[in-house]
Amino acid sequence: MAREFMEGSEAIARAMVAAGCRFFAGYPMTPFTEVLEGMAKHLPEVNGVCMNAESEIEAVGMAWGASAAGVRSATGSVGQGLSLMQESLAEICFAQLPLVVLNMARGQGDYFQATRGGGHGDYRHIVLAPSGIAEAVKLVQYAFHLADRWRNPVMFMGDYYLAHALEAIDPVRIEFGELPPKDWRLNGSTSGTGKARIVSPILADKRDDPGCRSYGQRLEEIGGRVAAMASGVEPLLESEHTDDAELVVVAYGTPARYVRYAVNKLRRQGLKVGYARPITLWPFPSDALVRVTARARAVVVYELNTGQMYDDVRIAVRHVPVRFIGGLSYDHDGFGIAPDLSVNKLEARVRKAFDA
Amino acid sequence: MSLEERVSRGTLVINVEACKGCDLCIDACKPRVLEMTTDEFNSRGYRYPRLLAGCTACHACALICPDFVFQVWKYDDEGDAAAEGGAHGS
Amino acid sequence: MSDAAVPLRYLPTSHPPQRRAKLVDDFSPSLMLPGDHKLCPGCGEPAAMRSGVEMIEELGLTGRSVAVFGIGCSTSFSPAMDVEVLQALHGRAPSLATGLKRASPNSIVFTIQGDGDMVNEGLQEVIHAAARGEKITSILLNNGVFGETGGHMTATTVLGQRTKNTLEGRKAEAHGYPLLIADLLARIQGAAYVARGATNNAGNVWRTRRMLKRAFELQDVGAGFTFVEVLTMCPTGWFIETADAPEYLDANLAQVHKLGVLKDVTLEA
Repeated sequence: MAREFMEGSEAIARAMVAAGCRFFAGYPMTPFTEVLEGMAKHLPEVNGVCMNAESEIEAVGMAWGASAAGVRSATGSVGQGLSLMQESLAEICFAQLPLVVLNMARGQGDYFQATRGGGHGDYRHIVLAPSGIAEAVKLVQYAFHLADRWRNPVMFMGDYYLAHALEAIDPVRIEFGELPPKDWRLNGSTSGTGKARIVSPILADKRDDPGCRSYGQRLEEIGGRVAAMASGVEPLLESEHTDDAELVVVAYGTPARYVRYAVNKLRRQGLKVGYARPITLWPFPSDALVRVTARARAVVVYELNTGQMYDDVRIAVRHVPVRFIGGLSYDHDGFGIAPDLSVNKLEARVRKAFDA
Repeated sequence: MSLEERVSRGTLVINVEACKGCDLCIDACKPRVLEMTTDEFNSRGYRYPRLLAGCTACHACALICPDFVFQVWKYDDEGDAAAEGGAHGS
Repeated sequence: MSDAAVPLRYLPTSHPPQRRAKLVDDFSPSLMLPGDHKLCPGCGEPAAMRSGVEMIEELGLTGRSVAVFGIGCSTSFSPAMDVEVLQALHGRAPSLATGLKRASPNSIVFTIQGDGDMVNEGLQEVIHAAARGEKITSILLNNGVFGETGGHMTATTVLGQRTKNTLEGRKAEAHGYPLLIADLLARIQGAAYVARGATNNAGNVWRTRRMLKRAFELQDVGAGFTFVEVLTMCPTGWFIETADAPEYLDANLAQVHKLGVLKDVTLEA
C-alpha cells in the first residue's frame, strides 16, 4: 500500500481512472473544478479522453454519447450545474445507460435534486454519499460498478470539504464482481445486418422488430426499473452506539463526521446517544434506520439545509417523532463552508435535543 | 410524332400503394410522361401516377419522390413503345 | 379530332420489364426498411435521408456507421433504418455524437437534425463541435419551420415567411433576422467541409448526394467537422400545395440560404 498525501479531488479523479473510467466531460465550477483538472491530467495517461465541455449540457451530452459506445464514462458539476443537466439525466435513465455523475455540492441543499431527481418523468438515480476521502475513493469506484450493473446513472454526492481536504490515500482499484458484457453498445458494427442496435430514451426497437414497443409501452417499462433498483440495490447505512441509545442523530456526508465525533464525545460524558449515517441516499436505507432507532425515544436529523433528508427519515421512522436540528449555514462566499459545522455547536444541539 | 409513337428508353415499376399523391413527380419528369390519375385512388385514398410512352430513365421521379414509389429501368436497346402493349397500367 | 378525344396509352408499371433492362434506381436503399415513414405528402426530408444512406452504402461505410438523431419530423426515420441509432434530445445531437466518436473513433458518426433542433435549441452545440473540429458529419434538414409541432418559426425562417406564430410573415423588427447557419459554420476553423444543397428538384438532389458523399469521405480521412445543410420542402408547414413547394423553396428559402459548397479544406491551397 503506497499512500500519498493528496487533495480529495485528485483522489477521486485517480480512483475513477483506477475503476476504468476512460471518458470524462466537465465544465469548471467551484468546488468541482479540480476534479476536471485531475481527469484532464490523468485520462490521457491511460489513452482516455477528457473533454473541456463548453457548457454543462454539452458535458452530460458527451458523456451520454461515450457511454453509448460502451466506455465507462462520467461527468459532474455542482448542484447549480447539475440543474442544467436535468433533462439529459432523466433521459439517460430512460435510455438505460450507465453513467457516473459527481456533485461536488456547495452545502447539503441538493439532496432533493439527487434523490427525487430534478428532471421529468419517473426515474431515479442511485445516490452514494461518502463521508471522507478514503470512503469516497471506494464509493466512486462502486458507482461505476452499480451504473454498469443497473444500466442507470449513479450520483456521487460530494462537497467542498471532500474536494479540498487532504488525506493520505492509495487510490487502488477495487473489484466488485463480474458484470454482463455491454452487448447493447454502439459502434456501427450491426448497421446493415437487419439487427441494427438502438440506444434511445424513446423508441428502442426497429419498425420491423416483432416485439416493437410503442413509446407508451417503453415509459411503463422504465417505471418498472425503478422498482427493480429499489429492491435490488443494497441500501447502506453506518451506525454507532445505537444499541442502547436514547437519542439517535441522523446525518450524511461530511457533517456526519462531525456528528460521529460529537456523539462519541457525548458518550464519554455518559449521554446515551447514537448516530446513523445513510450512505446510499437512494435507495434510502429505511429498514436499517428503523432497526437502529427502534429503542430510541428521540431521533434527530442534522443537515446543512432547511430539511431535506429529514423527510426521508420521517417517512421511515414512525414510532417516535423526528426532529430537525440542522439548518443553513454559509460563510461569506456561499460555497458551502458552514460556520455552524463545529463539534462544540453540534454537541450543544444534541444535548439540548436529548434534554427536551 | 404522336404520343403513341414516342420511343421509351426506359420504364418504371410504380408502387401504387406507397404513393401519397403529392404530384412532385409530375413536374420533375422532364419528358412529361407521368400523369396523376383523376378518378382512381389507391387503398389509402390517394391519386397516383401513371406512365406514358417516352420515358428516358433519367430517374428524376425516383430522386424527388418522398415515398419511394418508383423503380426505374433503362432498356438495353431502344425499342418501340408499342412493343410494351397498350393496356392501361396499374 | 381534338387531343382530348385521343385515348392516352398508359404503360404497364406493376412488374419489372420483360425486355432486357438495367435497374437504374430501386424503390429505396437497402438500409431503409420498407413501409410508410408517415411523413407528409411532398415532404423533402425522405429524399435527403435516402441520399445520406445511399452514400454511406456506396462508400462501403455501412458496418461502421451510427446515426445520432435529434428530435423532429426526421426522428421517425430512426426505427425505419437498418443503421445503428443513438437518439439525442432536441438540439443535443452534436454533443452525443462527439462523445460517441471520441469513444469509438473508427465509427462513422453523423447527426440528423432539423433547423428548429440545430439552429434554435442546439445552436451552441453545433458551433462548438465545428470549432473543436469534431470528426463527425452533421446533416441539417432545413425547411424553415418547426415541422413536427405544426409549422412554427425557427431561427432560419426567412423574412416574410408565414408560420403559425408569424401569421403576417416574419418581420425583422419583431422577430429578428434568419441565421444562415452554413455560412456561420464555414467561417470556423475546425470545419473541414460545409455545403448547402436542397431536395426540391432532381438536379438539386443529385448535387446534394455529391455533397453528402464528400462529407462522409472527409470524415473517414479525419479532415475535421463536416456539415451538409439540405433545404427541404415542407408544404404542410408552409401552408401551400405540395406541387407548389419546389418553387416556394427556390423563391423563398434558397434566396436567403444560398446553395453551394461554402468550404472544402481539401481544395484550399
